[in-house]
Amino acid sequence: MSVTKLLAISLGAILTNNFIFSQFLGICPFLGVSKKSDTAVGMGLAVTFVMGLASAFCFGVNKLLVALGLDYMQTVAFILVVASLVQFIEMFLKKSMPTLYTALGVYLPLITTNCAVLGVVLLNVQNDYNFIGSVVYGITGGLGFLLAIYLFSTVRERLEFADYPKAFEGFPIALITAGLIALAFMGFSGLQVWPM
Amino acid sequence: MMNVIFAVLVLGVIAVVFGLVLSVAAKAFEVEVDERLPKIQECLAGANCGGCGYPGCAGCAEAILAGKAPVNACAPAGAEGAAKIAAIMGMEAPSGEKMVAHVTCNGGEAAVKSFEYVGLHDCVAATKVAGGPTACAFGCLGYGTCVAACQFDAIHINEKGVAEVDKEKCTDCGACREVCPRKLIVEVPYKQKVFVNCANKEKGPAVTKVCANSCIACGMCERTCKFDAIHVVNNVAVVDYDKCRNCTMCAKACPRNAIEPIPTPEEKEKFKAAQKAAAERKAAAAKAAAEASAAEAHKAE
Repeated sequence: MSVTKLLAISLGAILTNNFIFSQFLGICPFLGVSKKSDTAVGMGLAVTFVMGLASAFCFGVNKLLVALGLDYMQTVAFILVVASLVQFIEMFLKKSMPTLYTALGVYLPLITTNCAVLGVVLLNVQNDYNFIGSVVYGITGGLGFLLAIYLFSTVRERLEFADYPKAFEGFPIALITAGLIALAFMGFSGLQVWPM
Repeated sequence: MMNVIFAVLVLGVIAVVFGLVLSVAAKAFEVEVDERLPKIQECLAGANCGGCGYPGCAGCAEAILAGKAPVNACAPAGAEGAAKIAAIMGMEAPSGEKMVAHVTCNGGEAAVKSFEYVGLHDCVAATKVAGGPTACAFGCLGYGTCVAACQFDAIHINEKGVAEVDKEKCTDCGACREVCPRKLIVEVPYKQKVFVNCANKEKGPAVTKVCANSCIACGMCERTCKFDAIHVVNNVAVVDYDKCRNCTMCAKACPRNAIEPIPTPEEKEKFKAAQKAAAERKAAAAKAAAEASAAEAHKAE
């Protein structure tokens, strides 16, 4: 896979086809852990890490499934891989990096049920990426998630002091904000790395 | 049919492989947790009140285990909890007196309002408006920020409009002391019965203007006390809880009813009469002594 192709994949994952703002994947943690920017960054980094690893592992699992003619079982198999991967990472971090483990806290197990992670591995298969392409797409997709959740959390921190109708308090105003940022991200559509 | 069995088999094998990897990893990456940790946590109050300064009871238990916090760090668990934790840690339990919170204001309705406050029902918010609606800058506002902070239902606004601690329920966690914008809540021994319920540090005349139940630093209590246990410091009487024997003489002597337990008018009369009689007796004795010495001097002549 050429460097330009990888660059195109990265740019697409971070900006044009941002997981949150244009594919609407991983909205749950996006809304749930975006009240403070430092926890949002923690979550974003954890998701990036897991998305990268999951892409790599699922590439292998997918090859196995295709070889056995079981590619229709992809979704189930990928859920299995993602769940065990997160478990494994949790154990590993607890032992070797306790500081990072406590910093991530409850977000780490939450990633198990993050549809952005499942989404990235399924999209890897759909787009027929090779191993490097898959991993790059996973990591940059995670970075796109990090960018989105960080931007959103900083806006939400400011919303604390904003003067808006009481009926909008909490999730309504957060969803409107998310919608507006998504509209802003529409500006990136059409962005291309030449030659594709 | 074969397809289904094949799919189930393959996925089953994958799942078993992952399961094995995870169980091996669980052994390999096992983190040893000190067995004392859950035991210590059991002895704590479990209210996650944050009074100890650690994030929740789990944080406190870890700090105690690491030796960063004393075994009696959890005030709500009390001396009993501290003793249990000391036993787990293999240490001597520090013998501390049980302490409770106490509100040093008796103003309420007796205090003069400088304006009518109609904002948010919260003391901190009220103090932000021109320093608060009470003319006394040291008085309880009665909007119940401490009541909201208390996790043990131990502090309430009484009928006078002043916060009052229920010392049976109080665990001395310190949450109310922390939130009170006027810092009126202090830590006192559970046994203590006599308190000066005023914190106003202004001079007498200024205090008289803002509250009827205030300490004017007249010093009556100081003169009445037989145990040297009450002193006027910074224009307000302060009880020395180590020396105080709870005789309540100062409370009866106080002309402003600023010392708890507040005496009834009869008690006050009785006390005044007794003081007067004592003074008369003393004067008579002095007179007699003077006469006797005069007679002696006369005899010697």
